Amino acid sequence: MNTICRPFAPQISRAKIVLKTTNRYFHSGNSVRTTNSLNTTTAKRAQQARTLQSRLAAAAVGERDHLTSSKDDDEPMADDDRIARIASSIRVIPDFPKPGILFQDITTLLLNPKAFKDTIDLFVERYKDKNINVVAGIEARGFIFGPPIALAIGAKFVPMRKPKKLPGEVISEEYSLEYGTDVIEMHVGAVQAGERALVVDDLIATGGTLSAAIRLLERVGVDVVECACLIELPELKGRDRLGDRPLYVLIS
Amino acid sequence: MSACRDDDDDPRIHAIQSRIRVVPDFPKPGIMFQDITTLLLDPKAFKDTIDLFVDRYKGKNISVVAGIEARGFIFGPPIALAIGAKFVPLRKPKKLPGKVYRQEYDLEYGSDCIEMHIGAVEPGERALVVDDLIATGGTLCAAMNLLERAGAEVVECACVIEIPDLKGRERLNGKPLYVLVESR
Repeated sequence: MNTICRPFAPQISRAKIVLKTTNRYFHSGNSVRTTNSLNTTTAKRAQQARTLQSRLAAAAVGERDHLTSSKDDDEPMADDDRIARIASSIRVIPDFPKPGILFQDITTLLLNPKAFKDTIDLFVERYKDKNINVVAGIEARGFIFGPPIALAIGAKFVPMRKPKKLPGEVISEEYSLEYGTDVIEMHVGAVQAGERALVVDDLIATGGTLSAAIRLLERVGVDVVECACLIELPELKGRDRLGDRPLYVLIS
Repeated sequence: MSACRDDDDDPRIHAIQSRIRVVPDFPKPGIMFQDITTLLLDPKAFKDTIDLFVDRYKGKNISVVAGIEARGFIFGPPIALAIGAKFVPLRKPKKLPGKVYRQEYDLEYGSDCIEMHIGAVEPGERALVVDDLIATGGTLCAAMNLLERAGAEVVECACVIEIPDLKGRERLNGKPLYVLVESR
């Protein structure tokens, strides 16, 4: 049953911001670039179409899915403005933590109260009517963005942590790094089977950490509705590592 | 102006305290670990926690909320967002890219270090330091030093929990400390 009643308007492809070299808070680094390449847009539309399908499958029969709210259609420029502000407040640091890596530093966004609020608002607007019970945030930068979202949508916040940080009983999931492996942990009993969850982090690169977080939640029967990040590095194909779990990002 | 709570009968405080889980012998034998993750599983209690801080600090011209990695990252940003302040993460070494101030502090055995971005805070700004808990006060003291080195004025330190027996309050160089619950 096709209940799509209005044109599907993906939010990401409307971020048409090209390289900005202004609005630097510090003396070094450039602002992050958001791109709108044809391939990226096509891939995103396909991803969002799959997202919409899964959303429709999860919604009760006859219920209207509010994935694309009327607000988006009525105020497309508001989202663009907010994403532009967010993108221009992120600082890129070359060769950190090691040579050849362009580090996407969100701390400069946190220094801009309006941009930080806009970031949270964009996620909250997307998720507030989706019956999300759990926001899981990945240590440590996921702890900055996850809790404000959780508070605004009335969900629990569940920290996903490096080993030996959480007291009491935990479950662990190992994942691959470029060289070697790492582990994230979650408290036993933090989430219950059947709960609907978001996983939040500042950035998705290879998708290793996010996919481990998804596996942890799914092992205890949680429905991971979506992963939400500020930034995606699409060339690292992290999205593919999430299987059929949708990914929503503000900047790609 | 050191304060615990003006109104200990506030029902929100009782609920917050009851949601904190004590885990014995973590991270090592003899330590009763105050686990705030169970508080975060109760959306109302978590919101009340933030609201109690926001009620205290809104309208006080606080322009910076500095949060100590990692549990200060959970409580600091919602406070910052609500009062319109910047959020500045204070991090373990080598996590922040670019130029940083570095502050060492003593542990029971050995020492540790926290860092703050140079340029994040400007001279004259009024700052809060937020963490989930104050124990000996070593980390909070180091955090205050970082902010003061950047020229900020630390208005108050704010924690959910204090362990009074560890006398961390005395290590804050006279700076006020505000906590919601005490753990004995």
